[in-house]
Amino acid sequence: MAILSAKAKPFSKGKAAVVVSAIAVIAVFPLIFTNPAVTEIAIFALMFMATSEAWNGFAGWSGYFSLGHAAFFGVGAYTFAIIANDYKLPAGSGLFLLMPVAGVVAMVAAVLVGLVALRTKRHTFVVITIGVFFIFQLLGYNLSITAGASGLQVPTPYNWNAATFNNPFYYAAAILLGFTVGLYWIIRRSAFGLQLLSIRDDEERAKGLGVPVWRVKLSAFVISAFPVGMAGALFAFLIGQIYPNTVFNPLFDLSWALMTLVGGIGTIAGPLLGGVVLESIQQYLNLYLSNADIYLIVYGVVFLAVMFWMPRGVVPTVGDALRRRRGARSASLVSAESGGAGTAPGAGSGASLAVVAQEGGK
Amino acid sequence: MVTDFIRAVIDGVLSGSVYALMAAGLTLIFGVMEVINVAQGILVILGAYLSYVLSVHLGIDLFAGLIITIPVMFILGVGIQWGLMSRLGEREKVSMSILVTYAVAIILEGALDLIFGPSYQQLTAWYVNQSMHVLGFYLPYIYVFGFLLAVVLLGALYFILYRTEFGRSLRAAQQNRTAARLIGIDVNRVSAITFGIGVAVTAAGGMVFGATTSFNANSSADLISRLLTIIILGGMGSIGGAMGASVLMLVVEALVSTFWSPTWATLVFYAVLVVVLAVRPAGLFGQKAVRAQ
Repeated sequence: MAILSAKAKPFSKGKAAVVVSAIAVIAVFPLIFTNPAVTEIAIFALMFMATSEAWNGFAGWSGYFSLGHAAFFGVGAYTFAIIANDYKLPAGSGLFLLMPVAGVVAMVAAVLVGLVALRTKRHTFVVITIGVFFIFQLLGYNLSITAGASGLQVPTPYNWNAATFNNPFYYAAAILLGFTVGLYWIIRRSAFGLQLLSIRDDEERAKGLGVPVWRVKLSAFVISAFPVGMAGALFAFLIGQIYPNTVFNPLFDLSWALMTLVGGIGTIAGPLLGGVVLESIQQYLNLYLSNADIYLIVYGVVFLAVMFWMPRGVVPTVGDALRRRRGARSASLVSAESGGAGTAPGAGSGASLAVVAQEGGK
Repeated sequence: MVTDFIRAVIDGVLSGSVYALMAAGLTLIFGVMEVINVAQGILVILGAYLSYVLSVHLGIDLFAGLIITIPVMFILGVGIQWGLMSRLGEREKVSMSILVTYAVAIILEGALDLIFGPSYQQLTAWYVNQSMHVLGFYLPYIYVFGFLLAVVLLGALYFILYRTEFGRSLRAAQQNRTAARLIGIDVNRVSAITFGIGVAVTAAGGMVFGATTSFNANSSADLISRLLTIIILGGMGSIGGAMGASVLMLVVEALVSTFWSPTWATLVFYAVLVVVLAVRPAGLFGQKAVRAQ
């Protein structure tokens, strides 16, 4: 954990092979599996991998758990629908260009939320994000621009070939995922990323070492709203009809938290693993059981099981086990790591602070 | 105009007392264990469904049924503390407690929805449908009885906290867990009973809530957001603050609903939270920091 929370590990050959093959699999997937039901599940999986990554990029690295990011998802979805409708934009692949616009509007919303919410302590922050989320949902229900509970219709490209209808959405989701992972990969390796981790480990000490705590927290919060807003726009385009409770959905936040915790909070690969596995299962259950209750119960039980038996998540736990078997590391370091295996955020404090003291906080 | 105003204030005070009861349990749990019990909302709904089952299937009166539902909820609370919360590590305990109780909440929500279905229910009894006439105001009996019940239970809570040996241990644990343990207080036992009490109040709160509002399993999301807003405004861990904030917020909501529009009343609830926290991060009634993290 000590190493994990400080400098990012070097990019090994094995990792490069995994990344290249993952890209290849994602690229050819819809060409092999042409069943629309399957590609739809895949679109949602990609979308939730990207949004979990963004959620982790703020919550996992700063230690501030947000249960209000779904507000930015909804803002993105409504931005997309309102612009497409008001300007009577033709239903076609050009509409994908609205995704970054939706992302930027979501970032503006995040600035407003962050200015208030980030002033509070960690646990109050969690609660405030829940409150802020409900404010957005209520606005969705009550503003005239969102058409209230009757929702908004989004232009559907009817002239697209039915057999490959899902493919443009799929590749848009894949590009969103690639962008998000790349963004956080760069952030993780930057001074900014280290400053963020130092806030998670010990905010007061980070401040003392000269980290501009407030600015770093707010920036990370706002940055994480961008992919989430874009995903909201993609969701609106894909579904074709949005309602306040489908885009401002409190279960989204729970999903992102769960996917991140299951995969491994604070890691790059963790949210991706959690996202692809859990979202696929959820979409599958939705499709074949059409029973939301069972999946709520399954979700809750998985959540509890992970938090008590694998509090650091799958990626760090399995990674350590593999490394231990290979014996690539000295025995003392391994034991130090398993010793620090408390609950995920904040574990291994100090290491990132040391690095920040050296090079991060200027 | 004046009548409307008084009417709204009375409504707010009466329903605020029930929220005070539910919020007191939540803030008590936080004060002693630094656990934010996000499942409190669904536990209130569970309490309402328990009263529903007793009254519909067994014909037991809503208030008499509390003799059964309060102990049941108490045991459930002790079970959650013993089975889950006591096993949490000390690191990032507050955030982890939110996630764990959130998981408990969605399991309960899924189970309740599965058993009772999504259709809205409301508890019925003669005092739910009839009103008493006081000084030109019609007050439904259930609001008056609910208010009296809340006052009695909050009084009992006060007695337990400030006049019993257990209450002394509890307040000691609230001030300083480690020191309390050092002077021989069984903090684990105190925690379990505190969680039990904090959850037991949801049986009574749920019964009154279910008799005054139609509910289904999804009602818990709105409820927990309100309760969390209340305990933050009241200053986390402060029971008096939670009671004050409950009444204040419900009065404000009733006023907004009367003089502006019911649709925006709920929004005001959260808007007040955001404004207050922007000015005073410790909450309205918060001492400098009731257990600052």
